[in-house]
Amino acid sequence: MSLDPRTLLAILGMALATYLTRVAGAWFVRRVALRGRASGALEAVPGAVLVALIAPTVLATGPAESLAALVTLAAARRLPLVLAVLLGVAAVVACRALLG
Amino acid sequence: MAGCAAIVPVLVAAAPFGVLMGALARQKGLSPLEVGLMSGTVFAGGAQFVAVGLWTTPAPWLFLALTALLVNLRHVLMGASIAPHLRGVRGEGALLFFLADEVWALALRRALGGRLTAAFYLGLALPLYLNWVLFSLVGAVLGDRIGDPARFGFDFAFAAIFIALLAGMWRGPADLPPWLASAVAATAACLLLPPPWYILAGALAGMAAGALRPPPSAPATVPP
Repeated sequence: MSLDPRTLLAILGMALATYLTRVAGAWFVRRVALRGRASGALEAVPGAVLVALIAPTVLATGPAESLAALVTLAAARRLPLVLAVLLGVAAVVACRALLG
Repeated sequence: MAGCAAIVPVLVAAAPFGVLMGALARQKGLSPLEVGLMSGTVFAGGAQFVAVGLWTTPAPWLFLALTALLVNLRHVLMGASIAPHLRGVRGEGALLFFLADEVWALALRRALGGRLTAAFYLGLALPLYLNWVLFSLVGAVLGDRIGDPARFGFDFAFAAIFIALLAGMWRGPADLPPWLASAVAATAACLLLPPPWYILAGALAGMAAGALRPPPSAPATVPP
């Protein structure tokens, strides 16, 4: 078990940077009252971030991923989250096997 | 314990990626102790994958820290959106340490459907934290002897989780402009720019579209 000082410094630097990003947003909205357009922008954050996280996988990877995304979406409208995710993963495995 | 139940699918999906991250780090010369320390103090899968990919010996520590900052900038927006729901909860600074993407998404869903408590949040966060540290250690010990998680469709599990959460977040046609703006901007940025930028591009485009619509809670102050 070795612990290199430069590696330790890098890990602690990454940890500090990550923690700062996680508290900065909360710190900001505590101190600044958001109204009007700023509040509209903040209300759009959850949906916009989720869409951004999935967009490249769903739209720009291949037909198997796009089809499996549709299956997941349709399943999520009716079924619990776990089942929708399982169906989505099964769909991507099947589509990749069928479509190459 | 409701939080623990909600995080189970994420635990299953994240485990092989923890193993993969640990194995890649081991190949770059990090010891299992260093891998465990990284997963335990950073606790950010995306940033750790990117940093390990860029890792050289001796470690370019400032460069790696700035890379983590860049990859994790989306957490600024996530923190801003979850903070109003954590108001009055004790130990907020400690809770926010665990604000990984999946913790944020599931905690926010809870907050929108009722009330988010520290117990529910920790029920999400602690199992995911232990899961990530444990499986990255397993990967670091196994080293080269692991396969590719994409073989079993695990790589799609995160997208599937986020799609299912998004489906539950739909409130009506007013959501469409920010979502479309985010999809277009994120896809374009993904094709044109290096990896971490697409999340911020999509988020900012969605926020711009959200700013242009009148918020339902507060009527626009601009006279017609």
